Amino acid sequence: MLTVGIDVGSIMTKAVLLNGTELKSLAIPTGCSPRDSGTKSFEELLNASGLTREDIDYVIGTGYGRISVPFIDKAVTEITCHARGAHYLVDGTDMVIDIGGQDSKVILTDGKGNVTNFAMNDKCAAGTGRFLQVMAAALGSDVSKLGDLSHGAEPAQISSMCTVFAESEVISLLAQGVAKKSIVAGIHKSVANRVAAMAERLGKGSRITFTGGVSKNDGVKEYLAREMGREIIVVPQSHLAGAIGAALLAQDRLRAKKS
Amino acid sequence: MRPGSMRIVEDLRDQNILALEHAKKENKKIVGMYCAYGPQELVLAAGALPVSLCGTRHEPIAAAEKVLPRNLCPLIKSSFGFAITDTCPFFHFSDFIIAETTCDGKKKMFELLRRYKPLHVMHLPQGTDRPGALKWWMEEMNILKNKLEENLGVEISVENLRAAIKLLNRERAAMKRLHAMNRIDPAPLSGLDMITAIWMKGFNVDKEDGISLINQLTDEIEDIAGKGFSPFAAGTPRILLTGCPVGIGSEKVIRLLEECGGSVVCFESCSGIKTLEYLVDEDESRDPMEAIAERYLKIPCSCMSPNSERLDLIERLIGEYSVDGVVDLSWQACHTYIIEGELVRERVRERFGIPCIQLETDYSNSDLEQLKTRISAFIEMLGGS
Repeated sequence: MLTVGIDVGSIMTKAVLLNGTELKSLAIPTGCSPRDSGTKSFEELLNASGLTREDIDYVIGTGYGRISVPFIDKAVTEITCHARGAHYLVDGTDMVIDIGGQDSKVILTDGKGNVTNFAMNDKCAAGTGRFLQVMAAALGSDVSKLGDLSHGAEPAQISSMCTVFAESEVISLLAQGVAKKSIVAGIHKSVANRVAAMAERLGKGSRITFTGGVSKNDGVKEYLAREMGREIIVVPQSHLAGAIGAALLAQDRLRAKKS
Repeated sequence: MRPGSMRIVEDLRDQNILALEHAKKENKKIVGMYCAYGPQELVLAAGALPVSLCGTRHEPIAAAEKVLPRNLCPLIKSSFGFAITDTCPFFHFSDFIIAETTCDGKKKMFELLRRYKPLHVMHLPQGTDRPGALKWWMEEMNILKNKLEENLGVEISVENLRAAIKLLNRERAAMKRLHAMNRIDPAPLSGLDMITAIWMKGFNVDKEDGISLINQLTDEIEDIAGKGFSPFAAGTPRILLTGCPVGIGSEKVIRLLEECGGSVVCFESCSGIKTLEYLVDEDESRDPMEAIAERYLKIPCSCMSPNSERLDLIERLIGEYSVDGVVDLSWQACHTYIIEGELVRERVRERFGIPCIQLETDYSNSDLEQLKTRISAFIEMLGGS
C-alpha cells in the first residue's frame, strides 16, 4: 500500500511517502504558488523512488494550500493531520502544539491520534512563524538561526502582541543597546506566552508534542516548557507531522475501503 | 429536493418593500424594531405594522465606522450604518423605532440614532431572578404603550391587545413547527434555507400571509421528508447553532458549516427557537400587558445575568434535535455572548460529551479561509466529510 501526504504550508511544502511503515519525505519552499509547490514536491518525491502517480493508492492534501493541489484524492485539515502525525511520532501524545508560518494551533487528542478539541490563533500573526520572521528581519538575522541565538540570555521585555508594534519595540531595544541575544530571548518568550495561554484555556496535556516549522526553534521550545511547566517533546521529524498524518489517514481510508 | 415555497420566501424582501410603500400610501403607520425583546403585540394593537430593521450585512459598516468605534460588534455598526446611509428601506419607511438596552454598545448607539427617527429605548432589567424584575419590565411596557399612543396618535385597546396576542402566538406556533421539521434525521431542509426563511419572516408585513406561507413551506417539507428526501446524506453531522443573531448577509458560518460537510439542524439564536419557546398567556382574566411582559422577559438572552435558561434550552435542544456538535457563534466585541461561551462549552461537554466550538468573527470575508479550516476540523472531529 503506497500513500502520500502533502502538507502545503504558507512557508514550506512537505511531502511524505508511506510504503507500509517505510517513510520517505522532502520539504521545499512554498513560494508564491501553493499549486506549483504541491505538484513539484509530489513529483520529486515520486521521482526519487522511481514511482508515478499511478503507483500511489491514495493522496491526502493538507495545510492552507490543500485545496489548490489538483492531484489529491482528498483534502483534510492540518488539525486532524497534525494530531495523527504527532501520535505516530510520539506515542501517547495527548496535546499537540503546532506553530507554523501563519498560524498556531493547540490540539487535544484522545491519546490515539484523534482530535477531541482544538484552538487556533485569531486573525493576527502573534505567536506564529511569521512573527519570528519579521523579528529576524528587524535583527538582520535569518529566522532559522534565531533558535541558537537566545540560549542562556535574560529575555528582554517585548510587551506588544501586534507584530508591527513588536517590530518597532525590537528596533527601539536595539537603539537602546540591549544585547541581541536578550531581544531574541524576549521574542521567543513572547511567542511561547501567546501559545501557552491558548493551550491553558484548552486544557492540560500530559504528553505534549510540538510540531510545525517553529518546532525547530529551541528557544521557543524552551520558553514553552517554562511557561507551561511541562516537558515539550520535539523529534527530528516534528515539522513533517502534518504530511505524515495525511499519509497515515490515507492508509486508514484505503483500509476502510477494503474492509 | 428543495421546497418550491423557498422561491416565494426568497422573493419576500422585495414583495415586502412594495407592501410597505402601499401601506405608507394608505397612511398605515410602520414601527421598526431591532430586537426580539420588542413587544410586537403593542405595535399590532396600535394598528401599526411591526417590521425588523436591517443590521446583518457588512456593506454599511464602513460608513458607521466614521462615527462609531471600530472595535464594536458588527451588528451594532451595521444597524447604525444602514440607518445613517438610508439604505434600509424598512428604517426609511418607519414612523417610529423601538430599541432596547440589550448591551452598552447598543444603548449608546441609540442615543446617536435618535437624531434620524423618533425612537424609544426600552430599559431591560439586568436579570430576571430579582423580585422587582417583572414589575420593572411591566412599567417599561406601559411607558412604551404611552409612547406608541402619543407618537402614532392612537389608543391601544385591551381587545386589540388580545387579538394581537392570539395572532402572534399563531405565528410563533407556525415557526416552531417549521423548526421542528429538522428534528428528522437527515434534516429535510438545509440550515441555509432555514435561516433564509426565518430571516425573511422578520421583514414580513402582513402577518396572516406570513403565517400561511410558513405553513405552506412546512407542509411541503413534511411531504418531502415523508418521501425520504434530504439535501444531506445519512450520517451527516448534525449541528446546533447558538450565540449571536444571524441573518442573510451574515450567514457565512452557516454556509461554511454546510459546505464543509455538516448540517445545521437547530438554531437556538434570537432569530431562532430562543424566542419561540413560550407563548403569551391568552387567559382573558389576566391583564394582557402583564402576560406580554412576562413572556418577553423569559427570552434567555446573554444580556441577562444570570442566564441559565439559555443553557437549559441548549440542553433540551441537543436531545430534541439529535445534535452531534454545538457551534457557538460570537460576533467580535459582543462581550456578553463571548464570555457566556465558556459556560456553554462547559455545559455541553459535561452533560453530553459532544464537541462544542466557539467561533468569533465579524461580517467581513477577511477570515473566510481561517474559518474554513476551523469549521472543517470541527466537522472532521464529528466524523464527517
